[in-house]
Amino acid sequence: MPPELLRMIIASVIVVAFVFLNAMILGYMERKVSAHIQRRPGLMEVGPHGILQLLIDGIKLIGKQLIVPEGSNRFLFRLAPLLSFAPCVLPFVVIPFSKKLQIVSMDISLIFILAMTSINVIAILVAGWASNNKYSLFGTFRSVAQAVSYEIPMLLSLLSIIFMTSTFSLQGIVAAQKYYWFILVQPLAFIIYFISGMAETNRAPFDMPEAESELTAGFHTEYSGMGFSFFFLAEYANMFTVCSIATVLFLGGWKGIPLPLGDFTGIVWFMLKVYGLLFVMIWIRWTYPRVRFDQLMSFCWKYLIPFALVNLLITAVVVKLI
Amino acid sequence: MAYGTFTEIFFYLFVVLIIFGALVAVTSPILMKAVMGLAMAMFGIAGLYLYLNSPFLALMQILIYVGAVCIMIVFGIMVGYTPKQLAEYAIGPKNTLLAIVTSLLTLGVLSFALVKTQWVPATGAGSGDYSLAHLGETLMTRYGLAFELISVILMIAMIGAVAITWNGKRRGIK
Repeated sequence: MPPELLRMIIASVIVVAFVFLNAMILGYMERKVSAHIQRRPGLMEVGPHGILQLLIDGIKLIGKQLIVPEGSNRFLFRLAPLLSFAPCVLPFVVIPFSKKLQIVSMDISLIFILAMTSINVIAILVAGWASNNKYSLFGTFRSVAQAVSYEIPMLLSLLSIIFMTSTFSLQGIVAAQKYYWFILVQPLAFIIYFISGMAETNRAPFDMPEAESELTAGFHTEYSGMGFSFFFLAEYANMFTVCSIATVLFLGGWKGIPLPLGDFTGIVWFMLKVYGLLFVMIWIRWTYPRVRFDQLMSFCWKYLIPFALVNLLITAVVVKLI
Repeated sequence: MAYGTFTEIFFYLFVVLIIFGALVAVTSPILMKAVMGLAMAMFGIAGLYLYLNSPFLALMQILIYVGAVCIMIVFGIMVGYTPKQLAEYAIGPKNTLLAIVTSLLTLGVLSFALVKTQWVPATGAGSGDYSLAHLGETLMTRYGLAFELISVILMIAMIGAVAITWNGKRRGIK
């Protein structure tokens, strides 16, 4: 077997394992943090402080029956979870975890990540439409309108960083932050990106597509067992991707104070930054109430996009002058 | 040689994907399935770009055609008609005629271009610089007019969309 092929196989196994591990860590984090924010202990039963609870949940979900609702489109209904899961795994291939730890180094890795995350919307569409359920369909409507609108400020805010570095390579962007992090010179772009990222991953306060009180669970209402868990895994993988792009573009990527860990210094800093941002995401979810749908749309079109455009214009002028 | 046949397998895989997707897109009675077929064909085209060693174009194909155009079409289907209304909707003889003429004309133009073009192997053509920076530079200088014309077309499309919805809004008020 050629060494390159062997390397790719090992890398794929590690990536998929990491996606599952990440979902377990984030699931635990989410439930624990939410519990402490609401002044209750949260998971306590399975293992010390309930750390094995997510493992048990995973085994339970694997054992559950897959129910296909009557009158639904059987093929598309089964296809949707896979369509949602596969593109969410691919961005991990190009994320630079440290100076040496990156599976494939591409010139256009940022575009690769953005292209892969845009496929996720199709999966939501297929899931909602194939379910033959009005709640699913309403969730899908909202989700697509939201994802399509919030993609614009997201791309605009990322473009201002691209203007400064004139490269799409994630390693190149990290290298460009040699003396200072880009969050110091582009704070507005960071805020806009983070808000749009939260909306793109359907997180509260932008979780209109799965607003439990009015739509049961939105597009994945009808899914059970592994079908549901694939959506769940994809959501957490997407959250990780959004936060890692924020880390690479605004927070200096794997750079940090040198630690006595040799080559592991980079990955430790990277993970600390990413999970710090993920903690902020969870914190926001359990602090703010859900917005109304018209507020959601007007916030994007009337505030985020104009501000992102102005920011981009100022960046272009400053970059040209310097 | 072994490497050559290996990549050729991918080429035929992508071609089969395109043809199958396109067939699903035009023959499926369910519009949602047709759009999925279209998305599949678009993926195949992206794969062909990748095969031709142009990952940037491949990713743009996915980002724009799969990620935006297909989703817009689906959105149009979902807010437009219910499946029952669509089933009852009959295409008139005038529309059938127009559709036949349009598709034949498109076929004619495409085959004309296909026959008339002098094909050169990609390795022998051009300056050999296919980097992203070079691409951007030529788009702004050598192909500046085409680039501007595309933006004009997009502008017209946007104005048209606003005009159509505007009329619908007024009708709704009446």
